[in-house]
Amino acid sequence: MTQVLPSIIDGLLIGFVYGVAAMGLTLIWGVMRVINLGHGATMALGMFCTYFLFSDLAVNPYLGLAAVVVLALLFGFLIYGVALHRVIQAGYLSTLLATFAVNMIIIGIGTAVFTTSPRNIDFSAGSFTFGPIILQGTRLLAALAAVLITAALYLFLYFTRPGKAIRAVSNNQAAAELMGIPSAQILALSFGLGTMLAAVAGGLTSTFFPFTILSGSTYQLKSFVICVLGGLGNPLGALLGGLFLGGLEGIVPTFMPVSWVPVVEFALFVLVLVVRPTGLLGSK
Amino acid sequence: MHPWRQSGFWLSFLLVFLGGLIVLVAGQDTLREQAFTVLMFIGLASSLNILMGYTGYVNFGHIVFFGLGGYFGFFLISEMGWPLYLAALGGGVLSAVIALIIGAAVLRLRGAYFALATIGVNEAARAFVSNFGPFGGPTGLYVNFSAYDRYGGAGEALWITFILLWIITLAVVAVSFLVKHSRFGLGLSAIREDEDTAMVMGVKAPQDKTKAFLLSAFFPGLIGTLYFFKNGNVEPDDAFRFQMSLEILVMVMLGGRGTLLGPVLGAFAYERLRGFLLTTPVLKDLHLALSGLILLLIVLFVPGGGVGWLQERLPRFRRWLE
Amino acid sequence: MILQVQEVSKRFGGLQALTNVSFEMPEGQIMGLIGPNGAGKTTLFNVINGVYPPEQGQVIFRGEKITGLPSYEVARRGLARAHQVVRPLNDLTVRENVMVGACFGRERHSRASAASLADQALAQVGLADRAGQFAVSLNVAQKKRLELARALAARPYLLLLDEVLAGLNPSEIAGMMETIRQIRDQGFTILMIEHVMQAVMSISDQIIVLDYGQLIAAGSPPEVAGNPQVIEAYLGDPDMTARLLAE
Repeated sequence: MTQVLPSIIDGLLIGFVYGVAAMGLTLIWGVMRVINLGHGATMALGMFCTYFLFSDLAVNPYLGLAAVVVLALLFGFLIYGVALHRVIQAGYLSTLLATFAVNMIIIGIGTAVFTTSPRNIDFSAGSFTFGPIILQGTRLLAALAAVLITAALYLFLYFTRPGKAIRAVSNNQAAAELMGIPSAQILALSFGLGTMLAAVAGGLTSTFFPFTILSGSTYQLKSFVICVLGGLGNPLGALLGGLFLGGLEGIVPTFMPVSWVPVVEFALFVLVLVVRPTGLLGSK
Repeated sequence: MHPWRQSGFWLSFLLVFLGGLIVLVAGQDTLREQAFTVLMFIGLASSLNILMGYTGYVNFGHIVFFGLGGYFGFFLISEMGWPLYLAALGGGVLSAVIALIIGAAVLRLRGAYFALATIGVNEAARAFVSNFGPFGGPTGLYVNFSAYDRYGGAGEALWITFILLWIITLAVVAVSFLVKHSRFGLGLSAIREDEDTAMVMGVKAPQDKTKAFLLSAFFPGLIGTLYFFKNGNVEPDDAFRFQMSLEILVMVMLGGRGTLLGPVLGAFAYERLRGFLLTTPVLKDLHLALSGLILLLIVLFVPGGGVGWLQERLPRFRRWLE
Repeated sequence: MILQVQEVSKRFGGLQALTNVSFEMPEGQIMGLIGPNGAGKTTLFNVINGVYPPEQGQVIFRGEKITGLPSYEVARRGLARAHQVVRPLNDLTVRENVMVGACFGRERHSRASAASLADQALAQVGLADRAGQFAVSLNVAQKKRLELARALAARPYLLLLDEVLAGLNPSEIAGMMETIRQIRDQGFTILMIEHVMQAVMSISDQIIVLDYGQLIAAGSPPEVAGNPQVIEAYLGDPDMTARLLAE
């Protein structure tokens, strides 16, 4: 038990970050019914951005997140404008393939520019002892950052004008347009936010483990599993689902080789999709 | 409906037929290798088209059938000593069985949910095979060179494998055509357009989707066995190159989803482009990015792919541009 | 009796959409199903043709219990439907749309014979000259006719028509009504949901009325029109009732 507990807690803390990533994915789905297959690639870009700020400019990774936020938001606008705006009304297959194409482009260019050698952020935030359990500073800070970001997102969506507009559009786009809400801008903003959340989650993840441009795809699968668990379009579900998956990842390796984790996650994914497609918490 | 009287069928069929014939007559090894890759892609793209183009279900994990069927077929040859054509059939049958099992779970999902599930299938398949003992784990399986002896040595075996692939590719094109023009195919396109309405009209959607899925899985299993036999080995990273799943998808979209000629042209064009890129120093690493760009441009501007575009520009040739 | 609906109830979460609906339909009739918006008419159609099962009750079609069968099984037994919100198969031609009906309906035609049957059905609804066009290119009235042709090509024993006149102008309505009369004369049995009062009252042999998921009246058009409950729920104006009856 004493072996499993630290593992679970570690997993839960990481799970906060998974939750942030999943929130990005679920936000985009909730607002515009698009499944962003570039999600993982964006996370990877967030990892690299944080890394370069750290290794080349000696910027503390957590402070570097501020830059990641801005850059990712703009990047999201760009992707929406170039790849999605034209086909947003054309049905799920077009948007799916469009985001997929973006994914291929990012990974392709990323592989060429960054190669596949792993990068690592050698940043220690110390460790903290709670009784028998030792927790790493990076995990705690990441969990804290995740909570702050979630709170900020909540405040934005419920207390600012653009945030309320986003909620209106996700609720009923036609009606929102009739009320004068410029939906194209709102969709771009939503996509930007979703991208931003993914990139920030990536940045936080980069403080945990070494990564390459290809690391995003594993996290993308996790994000999908989480979104499906928590209900597509449900941000709270994404956060809770993230914690659940993080905890699960803490437990599974104690009785199964780590390489089976993707199989378990996929099985869970299909199981939930088949048994309860609206997710355990209900989707929109 | 008989293929022999349809111009649309002949164009696709003859392209593949003549292509293979030229290679056989020329007798050159390098040409054969290039043609092998093209035929393989045509077969994979056409079989994906049955599910994606006709039925409207986008499968991001198509390569799984190639990999699993190929693994099994290879296993039959290298460990069980089966002859090539039987082993290939075995690979095809296994793929179909896997499709039946996976399909029972995922075919009830619609649209984007189905696509997502297929992405997960690929990841899981790769992880599974890496851990599965009889398939050699992460290092895979190797063929004993004596397996080539029954065909008169490695050189002869490669030509025989090529001929088999040529025949199989012709078969895929023919089957694809027959499906498209059958009552079954009409039901599939009804499912693609509006599955619920199709069911109200009497189309047994669950059963028909499963049949389409099985059909689309069978041929990659055959083809995979041939490919790995030719290479002499099979390993997880090679068999489940997710990238290849994506590339096959791009080929279908590039050529024209839902058409007969589309996957043929798309596979050929993509393979040529890929070959060109891989031998150009600067662009070598960018071929995935370029594929993505091609896909994006098609989705945004020419959703009907090459054949769709041609159909619009050359309405008089519609009969041929099937 | 071609159709017997017995004590059918349907609920969606907290909403009771249908309560204890029972009626019978003899063969060869046109029966009109009327009621205010939200009364549950389309829900009743959905239960009859298998889109979802009822919580309670039975649907018996030509002596066979079809309750809870999936919609494709019901279709194969000879029940075809034209939807209120038209659902054409967009990327197929008009002819191919109708062929689907013929291939998968009661008579399970091969593709070849379905094509000629489709042309007949299209001629009957007046869409013959558009047979080669893609369904997406039709206007609303034409799409409604396509729905009808698709249902006819299935050669059903019973035809469910859901507001085929909605969205049509008066001349289009007259044309469609004429087509429906012809279909009835060919021996089809028709159950039709309709809001265009004059039309449904004039063409139906029997009328049933739904209000808030319950059957509140059944009978001939004059009987129903004179029923105070119906008037209260729906027609509203006794003078209008009298005028309708006089026509």
